[in-house]
Amino acid sequence: MNAASRIAADHAGRAVNRQLAGRRNRSLAATIFLLYLLLSTAIGLIALAVLLVTILQDGLPYLDVMLFENAPSANPDRAGARPAIIASVLVAVVLLATALPIAIGTAVYLEEFAPRDSRIIRLIELNIQNLAAVPSIIFGILGLAFLVRGLDLGPVLLAGALILGLQMLPTVIIAAREALRAVPDTVRQGGMALGATRWQVVWREVLPAAIPGIATGSILGMSRAIGETAPLLMVGAATFVSFNPGLLTQYTVLPILIYQWIKLPQDAFQGLAAAAIIVLLVILVTMNGFAIWLRNRYERKW
Amino acid sequence: MDPTPSTAADSTAMESSRDRTPLGALGVAERTQADATPVEERDVVFDCQQVGVRYSGTRALRDVDLKIHSNAVTALIGPSGCGKSTFLRCLNRMNDLIPGAAVDGQIFYHGEELYQPQVDAIEVRKRIGMVFQKPNPFPKSIYDNIAFGPRVLGMKKDLDERIEQTLRRAALWDEVKDRLKEGALGLSGGQQQRLCIARALAVEPDVILMDEPCSALDPISTSAIEDLMLSLTNDYTVVIVTHNMQQAARVADMTAFFSVDQGETGTRCGVLIEVDRTERIFTNPAHERTEAYVTGRFG
Ligand SMILES: Nc1ncnc2c1ncn2[C@@H]1O[C@H](COP(=O)(O)OP(=O)(O)O)[C@@H](O)[C@H]1O
Ligand SMILES: [Mg+2]
Repeated sequence: MNAASRIAADHAGRAVNRQLAGRRNRSLAATIFLLYLLLSTAIGLIALAVLLVTILQDGLPYLDVMLFENAPSANPDRAGARPAIIASVLVAVVLLATALPIAIGTAVYLEEFAPRDSRIIRLIELNIQNLAAVPSIIFGILGLAFLVRGLDLGPVLLAGALILGLQMLPTVIIAAREALRAVPDTVRQGGMALGATRWQVVWREVLPAAIPGIATGSILGMSRAIGETAPLLMVGAATFVSFNPGLLTQYTVLPILIYQWIKLPQDAFQGLAAAAIIVLLVILVTMNGFAIWLRNRYERKW
Repeated sequence: MDPTPSTAADSTAMESSRDRTPLGALGVAERTQADATPVEERDVVFDCQQVGVRYSGTRALRDVDLKIHSNAVTALIGPSGCGKSTFLRCLNRMNDLIPGAAVDGQIFYHGEELYQPQVDAIEVRKRIGMVFQKPNPFPKSIYDNIAFGPRVLGMKKDLDERIEQTLRRAALWDEVKDRLKEGALGLSGGQQQRLCIARALAVEPDVILMDEPCSALDPISTSAIEDLMLSLTNDYTVVIVTHNMQQAARVADMTAFFSVDQGETGTRCGVLIEVDRTERIFTNPAHERTEAYVTGRFG
């Protein structure tokens, strides 16, 4: 490009810039709107930052090996969260073993096999949608009535985990159905056209293709369940458990232990609570991060 | 006659059919026929009589009488919406999978009626493969794509060999032999479509149905697939839907022209206008409507 044409291009560019600038000035409304959007975002971020900072400030001094090794105690110097951490892990395992397979099975049935026009199926779908909107405390009451008292399980970890699983079902079912729906029909047709049965196509092609999406939904559902408190209070999660819980023993989970510690008068327990919150946060953020990673990693353009 | 609606019926019927094999004795034996035999004198693979289709009660196709001969390419042409795909799906009972679709009339496949109750749609599809408009490889490796059919149909012996043979047959081997374990979605569109053809060939079908297999492809891939179609007629019967008349002229032995009849009430319904040797359809068709269509004066 020679000098003259470069200058010409420069001029043209500046003319365009000026036009654009003019347009920007004119749209005062757009600027205000943009500011409003930024402000709203900032409020959320600032609140989160303040929360994080306070919790880190309070909790970090108490975040030590003792927190993981010791049981709760009236003496804040010796108190730890071991039973609650173990219980939370156990709850996650029970969720994995019970709620997940049921939710995925339901989703596969509804999405791949159920007759589209059946009234009963519609009713079931409607119920699942509604179930997702039921307040968690109601699930707690249900657990109390059916599991703790009805089945006479008592206030044990299994009862709590099952009720969390029940609460998690609709979320995971809906997420799994969406993942299955995202697998294009051409894949199913391709399989059927080869003489495979519907079952073979679902099992070998559709389900594997939907697994990243299903996993993402499942992890998000589980992380919500693990941070849950209300229904567990209802089914009698004890607040002071100093032994390692099993499936059929009393138990407490992290969120409830936190709740309990915060209520205590000594400052040291506030610090312990903050430390436990950090532990819980790390678990949840890790799970959610993994879910996001899965989603991005396997996001597929058909 | 209603097609048996999908799923449960499919899988249970399959168990029983493995024993009785209603289509078991059908003649895939003498496949190769001398090129010299005129198309019309070759075996009749499909004999369609008064075939029609309704979608949720609305008629989309009616009264198709058509014979499809073996070891030849039969092209179905016609304006879009005239029921070419609908008709093609009748031939391997893929319409069974569409809720609300009902097929009437009779289709004799090697003399056996495809829509009689004891015929198992799964078994039919195993013999009559299908390739779709948009390449639809499974989201897994090239190898696994081809292996899917043989695996589900229990043809697991010498799988590697079968996969190589099929890929060679589909003129894809040289391009993919070094990356069989790589994802099929990484192939180009044309390669994906040849992979889908290979996938269909891997289960040793008798007939290959193709629904506008080149409409999403560039000219070079299209010509590769056309060559492939021609070579397939040595062993297979090929039925292809195309909206590209040059393509029909290039590859088809027989061409069937479908069009749309407008009813008095404004209902539109696909009909078969005529079927003949391809050169006659394009040079000297019996019907005015065919002539109008092939000469570009659409009527
Ligand atoms: N799955 C379906 N459900 C309802 N109607 C359909 C379906 N598939 C096709 N049709 C209707 O049947 C007619 C023929 O369609 P199609 O066979 O796809 O035509 P072509 O392949 O010749 O373009 C069209 O009017 C179309 O709207
Ligand atoms: Mg079509």
